[in-house]
Amino acid sequence: MNIIGWFTDPANWAGSGGIPAQVGYHLLYSAIALLTSLAIGVPLGILIGYTGRGEAVVAGFANALRALPTLGLLVLLFLVISPVVAGQLVFVLPTIVVLVLLAVPPILTGTYVGIQSADPDAVGAARGMGFTKSQILLRVQLPCALPLMISGVRSATLQIVSTATIAAYLGLQGLGRFILDGRAQADFAEMAGGAILVALLAIVLEMSFAWLARIVVSPGLRRTASKSTSLVATTVPAAAT
Amino acid sequence: MNWISSNLDRIIELTISHVWLTLVPTVIGLIIALPLGWWAHRWGRGYAAIVGTSSLLYTIPSLALFIILPVILGTKILDPINIVVALTLYTLALLVRVVADGLSSVPHDTVAAAEAMGYRNWQRLVLVELPVAVPVIAAGLRVAVVSNVSIVTMAALLGIPQLGSLFTQGFQLRLYVPLVTGVVLCVVLAVIFDGLIIWLNKLLTPWRQRTVTS
Repeated sequence: MNIIGWFTDPANWAGSGGIPAQVGYHLLYSAIALLTSLAIGVPLGILIGYTGRGEAVVAGFANALRALPTLGLLVLLFLVISPVVAGQLVFVLPTIVVLVLLAVPPILTGTYVGIQSADPDAVGAARGMGFTKSQILLRVQLPCALPLMISGVRSATLQIVSTATIAAYLGLQGLGRFILDGRAQADFAEMAGGAILVALLAIVLEMSFAWLARIVVSPGLRRTASKSTSLVATTVPAAAT
Repeated sequence: MNWISSNLDRIIELTISHVWLTLVPTVIGLIIALPLGWWAHRWGRGYAAIVGTSSLLYTIPSLALFIILPVILGTKILDPINIVVALTLYTLALLVRVVADGLSSVPHDTVAAAEAMGYRNWQRLVLVELPVAVPVIAAGLRVAVVSNVSIVTMAALLGIPQLGSLFTQGFQLRLYVPLVTGVVLCVVLAVIFDGLIIWLNKLLTPWRQRTVTS
């Protein structure tokens, strides 16, 4: 097992199955899934946070989902969807659906908890200054919710990136290819190489989110932000799949 | 249904190894997390270091960790010990912080009262602070055990037998029955372990029920 040899072999860096191409595929699937989840999770989270309805349903759904094994869910959806659609979509669609299913709850939770935990005094002050409801939402509640929203999106992203690895099992491209192809050919260097790349990708993303949270969140919120993020971390401990 | 009855022995075998692969790391993780969490609770710097390390560790996807660990430990890739170590690390990463937060949640008055009653440091920790922190630790443990049940199934991609093996079999044979059997058994295990911790939590904190009913 020569892991360094695998990384330095130029053949592994070129072509459609090379490292850059697989990183690209991995990020492509992840980006599609993340954008879809954001499009579903954020508006729904705002609605729930704003009306205060449906929290119990969301919390129950998120808990039930944690107990469901991702791999089982992936194969199950594949078996359900495969007779209905044709072509490459057979593999892509179940994967994206599973990724979205896993990513929506943390985004949703981060959004509605964030909006609800916006300082009532700040909301009251905005109302006193004559802000309309939508102005309060856009200029006060959403910026206040930002730390928790980012923390939710971070959990969702890490969940997506690690689950996208398993998508290789259905035959999809991405970094999981190295792990599963290496397993099939008993090529341990390739497996370890793929595993290291996945781990690095996850760590880089985690760090970028920490950096993003630091520049995007209003300085006035930072002290309370660190407290509330730890709250979400205990209620929605994300990744690890 | 025929499939289940003709494969009953194998299903039971897979369930038993799944239970072991879930419970052993959860328990070891908890045992290591208690002193580490206490240390993080006592020293502020330790807390920052531990929270940073554990959240970074938690981001490493399990399938990757299952493969990287043999390189570090020198074990064989198919050795279930890799799964046990990986899940112990995840459990530890989650619980260290929970234990530290749980100990910090003990009301200052309670600690002061224990001190005034003449409890020594370690007595106060074991007899007062730890029991008061049990509900917080139990909540973290529930999350840990339920996620562990689900993470163990990933080991099927490497060929380590447990309930996840039913998923790969279902995929290879394009059969619903083994697949659904595996998913249902996983959920049942998660619910049982979750209930077990809720029950233990009630057993260990009898004073909480009394205050609720009175």
